[in-house]
Amino acid sequence: MGDWMTVTDPSLCTESKNLHQYTSETKMSPSSLYSQQVLCSSIPLSKNVHSVFSAFCTEENIEQSISYLDQELTTFGFPSLYEESKSKETKRELNIVAVLNCMNELLVLQRKNLLAQESVETQNLKLGSDMDHLQSCYAKLKEQLETSRREMIGLQERDRQLQCKNRNLHQLLKNEKDEVQKLQNIIASRATQYNHDMKRKEREYNKLKERLHQLVMNKKDKKIAMDVLNYVGRADGKRGSWRTDKTEARNEDEMYKLLLNDYECRQKQILTENAELKKVLQQMKKEMISLLSPQKKKPRERAEDGTGTAVISDIEDDLGELSRESAWGLSCDTVREQLTNSIRRQWRILKSHVEKLDNQVSKVHSEGLNDEDVISRQDHEEETEKLELEIQQCKEMIRAQQQLLQQLATTCDDDTTSLLRDCYLLEEKERLKEEWSLFKEQKKNFERERRSFTEAAIRLGLERKAFEEERASWLKQQFLNMTTFDHQNSENVKLFSAFSGSSDPDNLTVHSRPRQKKPHSVTNGAPACTSKLAKSLPASPSTSDICQTRSCVSEHRSSTNVLNIAPEETKANEIGRECTNQKWSVMSRPGSREGCYSGCSSTYTSSHLERDTLP
Amino acid sequence: MNFSESFKLSGLLCRFSPDGKYLASCVQYRLVVRDVKTLQILQLYTCLDQIQHIEWSADSLFILCAMYRRGLVQVWSLEQPEWHCKIDEGSAGLVASCWSPDGRHILNTTEFHLRITVWSLCTKSVSYIKYPKACQQGITFTRDGRYLALAERRDCRDYVSIFVCSDWQLLRHFDTDTQDLTGIEWAPNGCVLAAWDSCLEYKVLLYSLDGRLLSAYCAYEWSLGIKSVAWSPSSQFLAIGSYDGKVRLLNHVTWKMITEFGHPAAINNPKAVVYKEAEKIPELGLGHLSFPPPRAMAGALSTSESKYEIASGPVSLQTLKPVADRANPKMGVGMLAFSSDSYFLATRNDNVPNAVWIWDIQKLKLFVVLEHMSPVRTFQWDPQQPRLAICTGGSKVYLWSPAGCVSVQVPGEGDFPVLGLCWHLSGDSLALLSKDHFCLCFLETKEEVGTACGQRDGHA
Repeated sequence: MGDWMTVTDPSLCTESKNLHQYTSETKMSPSSLYSQQVLCSSIPLSKNVHSVFSAFCTEENIEQSISYLDQELTTFGFPSLYEESKSKETKRELNIVAVLNCMNELLVLQRKNLLAQESVETQNLKLGSDMDHLQSCYAKLKEQLETSRREMIGLQERDRQLQCKNRNLHQLLKNEKDEVQKLQNIIASRATQYNHDMKRKEREYNKLKERLHQLVMNKKDKKIAMDVLNYVGRADGKRGSWRTDKTEARNEDEMYKLLLNDYECRQKQILTENAELKKVLQQMKKEMISLLSPQKKKPRERAEDGTGTAVISDIEDDLGELSRESAWGLSCDTVREQLTNSIRRQWRILKSHVEKLDNQVSKVHSEGLNDEDVISRQDHEEETEKLELEIQQCKEMIRAQQQLLQQLATTCDDDTTSLLRDCYLLEEKERLKEEWSLFKEQKKNFERERRSFTEAAIRLGLERKAFEEERASWLKQQFLNMTTFDHQNSENVKLFSAFSGSSDPDNLTVHSRPRQKKPHSVTNGAPACTSKLAKSLPASPSTSDICQTRSCVSEHRSSTNVLNIAPEETKANEIGRECTNQKWSVMSRPGSREGCYSGCSSTYTSSHLERDTLP
Repeated sequence: MNFSESFKLSGLLCRFSPDGKYLASCVQYRLVVRDVKTLQILQLYTCLDQIQHIEWSADSLFILCAMYRRGLVQVWSLEQPEWHCKIDEGSAGLVASCWSPDGRHILNTTEFHLRITVWSLCTKSVSYIKYPKACQQGITFTRDGRYLALAERRDCRDYVSIFVCSDWQLLRHFDTDTQDLTGIEWAPNGCVLAAWDSCLEYKVLLYSLDGRLLSAYCAYEWSLGIKSVAWSPSSQFLAIGSYDGKVRLLNHVTWKMITEFGHPAAINNPKAVVYKEAEKIPELGLGHLSFPPPRAMAGALSTSESKYEIASGPVSLQTLKPVADRANPKMGVGMLAFSSDSYFLATRNDNVPNAVWIWDIQKLKLFVVLEHMSPVRTFQWDPQQPRLAICTGGSKVYLWSPAGCVSVQVPGEGDFPVLGLCWHLSGDSLALLSKDHFCLCFLETKEEVGTACGQRDGHA
């Protein structure tokens, strides 16, 4: 409603107000005035407020209107507009302050009311929209309900129909069953009847046959005869023999002989089959035992699954049993159960073992074969690097300790200090000795590990070298076949093609490694340099690091220096090629190589200095 | 593969002698004996009437010619052309005649199965066997020729009599637990006799030579039963084909079923090879054409050639809907044959008449299916090696071996519908019989055949 009020035409409003004005003028009743006031309050305060008030109060009715207002206001709880008079007789005076206060209060009230009205209107609007929404929801839900109800009814109907149908079908089935039963009965009765008839007919037929036989055969039919030129001899050349009891007995004998032969034959077949099966079984058992017995030599890891030990002991038993070959010759009855049990048990073990192996294999396969290969190589190289590093560190430490000891030995002049130091030294010596032994042990371990790794690396290198050689020779062959280059040229080409053909960086390092590093390691074979180098060049390619360390160490330890055999074995004329080779490698990776070299040189100098200080 | 010229024939009566030297064939009332190698006529005998049945004696010395309409049997000797023998059954009539295994006795079955007369060529003696049963296969000799088993019917019960062939003495006589005995068959080793009931009841009984019941087998009840039975040459298996379209294999140790082979029309076994006969469109390359066209070529062009194609994926074979309300419905396994080495079994399901199934007995699995364009009439295994010859009544002969299969057009003037075939003992040649002609088909040596088959196979 408020909404509508705000939208209404103002002219229409004024008209209605005018109308009221007239009424108020004519009647002058307080109630009408009030109503007009209320109406006015509802109307927003517009420009014609003034006219309204002017209409309400005129020159003539000031007193009246004031008193009316006073009355009205007092009823609404406002203070009186008149001053408090001391006496009733005296005319009450209008209190302006009170009037103003009242007006202000009224205005405030009006504003409040307006605000409230606005809020109420908005709320009303909101509620209205909510209502609409809810109504629509309601309608929708109602619809839904209706449809679902309809659906339900439909389903119920269908259900009912289906049930009906089912009942009908049941009935039909029952009928059919009855029918089948009936038909079966009929068939049975017919069959018996048919059989009966058949028998009757057959008897008749037989009688007729008999009769016919008598008629035909006993007539001494002249026609029934054999006309033969001369009788021929028997196929076996013997004469026919008379039928006697003897022949009968002989026939019987022969029949049984035949049967016996057949049975013997079959028995033989079965025996051979049995023997073969036994052989297979025996072999299988043997193989199983041989397969399973190595497991018992292992630390009894299999014993954890309880049956393991028992099985092993069984296997031992079986081994013993197996030696008695005669047991196999016996009829199976005596040993069968034992045999089958043991076989079954072994089979179970074998099966579980195979399954385990299968699992492992599948695991390994899931990692991928190719990937795995690469990883192992990397691991290997990393491991060697690490180990070498450790060895270097240990050596450094040892050297430092030696140095310290020497220093101590030279500086202890003072008696008192020497005494003190002696005891201190003794103590330290003891400690050092212990440490020394520990180090030695560690070193030994490291060496052992290293050796295994180097061996692996050697094998790898050799294999690679063989492969490269093969490849080179192949290429050479091809080139020789293809072109008629002079020897020098072809060799160069071969080399280039051999190396450039492989994109694998590993391939590159293997060949360039010993040659590159050789001069450096010759100039200063200090093992410390490598560790320093490795530390100082963490960003340099790992392959170069490894190759450096490896070559240095291998230089240091001639005993395990098999890796370098290949380059050392190379003939003198290869040195020239070496240069070209090195050049090529530099060209191929200029940035990294140069950085590496500069790093190398710097560290070499430093290490050289350091080394000078060493004893 | 070479073909002889075609010779006249009547009644599909053409037989190789058991020793493989001679070939006897009939033209109306004449019996012609040829040399197998040269195909020249060695002897010509004239009988009294149109010949309806011929049979070589086991020693290849005599041939009997039966004229059922006249109740006559005439026997001819190959060594003594002037020797003759005529057996007249008179008013008793004649419905069947056969040699005894010794080749000196003839067993004649009279009309209405009144009796079987055993005529001896050595002595004047005549023996009679009464009450033979009129059934599909009522007489069977053991392979060594020692014993005869005969199905009998007395007092509405089935019996089997076992005779010793040397003196026709009754050895055993026992009743069989059958409703209506239909057939009996000795195992090749001569120690076990299989007897089966009529198609109304599925029942196989196995008897020992001494009349003991070894085992009885029944696969199902209330349905049409056995249609065909075959022993494997090794006596190891008994294959039973039945109306339910299955072949069941019994073993010879426990007489229990080892496996059953179904014959569904849809084959989706990926391991089985399905060969489908397809019409071959003759390739008329310009290079091959010559003017005037050679005779053979013209002949080949006039009749459509065919080849086998390997069908891939699930194959559905052409089926025949059997008429259910008639007797002897065309359904079930009606033909069964083991290869001579017992490694393969060929079968035909009568409601899939165009197809021959070949089963691998070692693996007990379906091996090959051959589907032809027309119904298979008959098939026969090579007596020497696993090689199957098939005819469908068309002018082609089909050969299958494990190496592959070929379809061969029978050359010659006009059409040569092959209605029957029989292998020579050596497996080198094959007699192809049509309604009024026959010809010999000479096969190459093994290697040649192998390569030829391979080529064909590859080509297909």
